[in-house]
Amino acid sequence: MATERIDVRGVARLARLALSDEEVERYGSQLEDLLKHVDDLKQLDTSDVAATAQVIESRNVMRPDTLVPCLDHDVVMAGAPQPQHGFFRVPKIIAEVG
Amino acid sequence: MDPVRASARDIARAVNAREISAVEIAETMIPHVASVDEHLGAYLTLTPDLMREHARRVDARIAAGESLPLAGVPAAIKDNMCLLGTRTTCASKILEHWIAPYTGTAVARLLDAGALPIGKTNMDEFAMGSSGENSALGKTKNPYDLDRVPGGSSAGSASAVGGFAATISTGSDTGGSIREPAAFCNVVGFKPTYGRVSRYGLIAFASSLDQIGPFARSVEDVAMTYDAMGGHDPMDATSVDMPFETTAGHLREDLRGVRVGIVKEFATSDLAPDVAAAYEKAYADLAALGAELVEVELPTAKYGLSTYYLIAPAECSSNLARFDGVRYGLRVDGADVGEMYEKTRAAGFGPEVKRRILIGTYALSSGYYDAYYVKAQKARTRIADDFRRAFAKCDVIASPAASSPAFAFNAKSDPYSMYLMDYYTIPVSLAGLPSLSIPCGSALPEGGSRPMPLGLQLASPLFSERALLGYAHAYERATQHAAKLAPVQVVTS
Repeated sequence: MATERIDVRGVARLARLALSDEEVERYGSQLEDLLKHVDDLKQLDTSDVAATAQVIESRNVMRPDTLVPCLDHDVVMAGAPQPQHGFFRVPKIIAEVG
Repeated sequence: MDPVRASARDIARAVNAREISAVEIAETMIPHVASVDEHLGAYLTLTPDLMREHARRVDARIAAGESLPLAGVPAAIKDNMCLLGTRTTCASKILEHWIAPYTGTAVARLLDAGALPIGKTNMDEFAMGSSGENSALGKTKNPYDLDRVPGGSSAGSASAVGGFAATISTGSDTGGSIREPAAFCNVVGFKPTYGRVSRYGLIAFASSLDQIGPFARSVEDVAMTYDAMGGHDPMDATSVDMPFETTAGHLREDLRGVRVGIVKEFATSDLAPDVAAAYEKAYADLAALGAELVEVELPTAKYGLSTYYLIAPAECSSNLARFDGVRYGLRVDGADVGEMYEKTRAAGFGPEVKRRILIGTYALSSGYYDAYYVKAQKARTRIADDFRRAFAKCDVIASPAASSPAFAFNAKSDPYSMYLMDYYTIPVSLAGLPSLSIPCGSALPEGGSRPMPLGLQLASPLFSERALLGYAHAYERATQHAAKLAPVQVVTS
C-alpha cells in the first residue's frame, strides 16, 4: 500500500467537492495519517479468502409486477431546491456550439 | 404513575388499562421535555402537535377495544429517520430544511404500536462520529455531566433517554453508534443483527453495516421496542425474510448453562484501573448468575478499525453522492452544473463528512481499489470467521462497549483518537452480529468530578436476539447498575 503524497484535489474532483487550499493541506495530511494506520492490514493474510460485501446471505429480490401507490409527486418535489413544473431545474448542461 | 420516569412497560400497561390516557401522558411530557432539553440539547426538532395527534389516535383505538404494545410510550426519533411532514436533517446543513416526504418502516411500526413521537434527535452529521460533536446543528450534552459528550453518533437519542426526556428512542448503528452512546448515557442500547430491522426511510451512511435499533432504560423496554419495529419489510431488499422471533416475553432470570466468552485480545489491562475493575466485576457477576466464563480468541479483531475505516467511508462516498443540490435540500449556484455540485457539497457537508468522502473516494479509485477496498472486504471475512469460531466455544461474548467513560467536549481533536472509541464495537458490526450495551457500573473519568456510567457489550451469533436480550435481562436484574447513578440536578428537577 502506498504512502506517497495523495493528490487530494484529484480525489476531491472525483467526489465533486470544492476544497480551499487550507482544506487540501489539512485533509491531505489527515488522509496520509489514516493510510499509515490502515497499513497494518498488510500483515493480515487474506490470500485464500473471499471478499465479504455483506454478512447476510442476500439474493435478488423480486416482487409481482403490479401497480402500488407511490409517494406523492408534489410532496417529493417540495424537498427539491428548485422545482419547476414538476421537474428538477438545473443549470444548463449542454454547451452552445459555435 | 409518573410518565417521565415510568418504564415503557408500565406506561403501555396503564394506558391499555385506561388508568391514564395517552393524551395525559403527552400533556405531561411536552412541557417537561421542552424545559429539560434547554440543558441537554438532545432534540433538533420537537413535534408537540404531532405527539398530541398520535395520543388522541391511541386513546381512540384503545377506546375501540384495541390493545397496543407501546400504547402512549413517549419516543424520540434519530434525525436520520424519515417522519412524514417533519424536518429530517441528519444534523447536516445540506438537509437543514428538508421535510421528509414519507415515514420509514421502523418509525411507522413504532407509531402504529402506540408510541408517541416527541421529536427528532441530534446526532453526528450523517451518523459519522463517536461523540455527537460532529453535528452541524446543535450541541447535545451528557445528562450525567453536562461538560461531557453523550457519545455518538446517536447522541440525542441516548441523551434523551438517559436524561428522562424520552422513554424509548431509535438509533442507528454502523460501527458502534448505538452501543457507545448507550454506555456513556447509562442506558441500554441494542443493535440487532444486520437485516433484522428495515432500513427503509433511514438515510444511508454505510449500507452493508447500517442497522436501526432501540434505546431504553431497561432491557425489557428495549425488547418491547425491538419487537414492535423489527421484522421483514418488502421495502428494504436487505431486510431478512425469515420468521421474526419476538423477545420481550422470553427474558431470563439467570445464566445457568450459558457460556460467556471473554476475549483474550481485549485484555482489561489496556484500560484505566477503575474502568478495568468495573469490567472484571461485571464478568464475575455474569459467573455468579450461573454462567461459565470461557476464554475465546479473536486474533483479527485488532484489524477491525482499519477494515472499518476503509469500508464505511467507501460506502459513504457512494451513498452521499446523491446530495448534489438537485433533488434534496441545499443548493449553492455555480456557473455550470459541475460547479453547482462542488459548491453545494462544500457548503453543505461538515469536516468529518468531507474527510470520509475523501477517504472513501480514494479507497475506491482506480489503482487503489484492490489494495484498500477489496483488501478490507477480505479482512472483514477473516473477522467474521473469527467470531464464528469463537461461538463454537461460547454462546455470547462479553467485553467493554467503549474504552473509557464519556470524555469532555473537544478532548479528541485528532480524528484517529476519536475512531479508537469504537475499538470494541466495530469488529462486531463488521460481522453483522446482534449486540447491545448495558449499564455495568461507573468510573471517575480523567479530569471529572462525577462518576460516569460504563457499558458492558454483549454480542451473540447472527439472529440470536431472543437469547441475547435474555442474557442481558438476567444481568440487569441481578445488578441494577442503571439505578445507582442519577442525572445532574437540572435534568431531574
